[in-house]
Amino acid sequence: MSGKKLMSDDHSESASAAAGGLSSHHEGGKETVLGSDIQAKIGQHLRAMYDDVVRQGVPDRFMDLLSKLDKADPTSGEGGGRK
Amino acid sequence: MSRFDPTLRDEIIAAIPNLRAFAISLSGSVDRADDLVQETLLRAFANISSFRPGTNLPAWLFTILRNLFRSEYRKRRREVPDSDGAFAATLTSNPDQNTHLDFEDFRAALEQLPSDQREALVLVGASGFSYEEAADICQCAVGTIKSRVNRARKRLGEMLALDDASDFGPDKTTRAVLAAERT
Repeated sequence: MSGKKLMSDDHSESASAAAGGLSSHHEGGKETVLGSDIQAKIGQHLRAMYDDVVRQGVPDRFMDLLSKLDKADPTSGEGGGRK
Repeated sequence: MSRFDPTLRDEIIAAIPNLRAFAISLSGSVDRADDLVQETLLRAFANISSFRPGTNLPAWLFTILRNLFRSEYRKRRREVPDSDGAFAATLTSNPDQNTHLDFEDFRAALEQLPSDQREALVLVGASGFSYEEAADICQCAVGTIKSRVNRARKRLGEMLALDDASDFGPDKTTRAVLAAERT
């Protein structure tokens, strides 16, 4: 989706009005640029947030669970495959 | 001797970090997310024969996790939304102060999205699934996923545009404007 489309909805009017009320730096003509900047930022933040969890790797509890599942013998019930 | 195809087992292990990140975005809580992942792994191994080799294993696991979350959600609703945000609790690296503040704004905004929009955005924008894969995972039409992602981006854009404006003015004023807008 393009930045232009982003700003073409009815909410953008109140949003820019609010921004204008706080700062004279924001003028109508900059909206499209601001919109695409923000979209890029959204993508970066989203991935940064997600990747921060991904980088933690696999917590021990899951490795423990998997080795238990792996050893369990399906024919003799849970935990029966202990060796 | 392993009960499971070692390759498949390794691929499932490799998917765990992503499953956790997705589960945190769904549930809003690290503890619940890890319980969801655990339940997903149990289901996956119990139903491993229904996985068709050569098809998309991560998508299969994400589908199980999402279904588990949905059925649990119907029972319990989303519990006490974690006011500080689950992702914040998992932060291991601390970016510099400004980036960190930006990040906080973003996290807060993300938490406010409707859950179907948030999950679509996370699947496509962070997990790296295609629109088609995300549609399979969410069991809806591709067009529905696209429109959810678009609405999520637009809504976040609006919220963050207001936050950006606060860089030039008092933060409290922005919050007041935000609050007034919602009423």
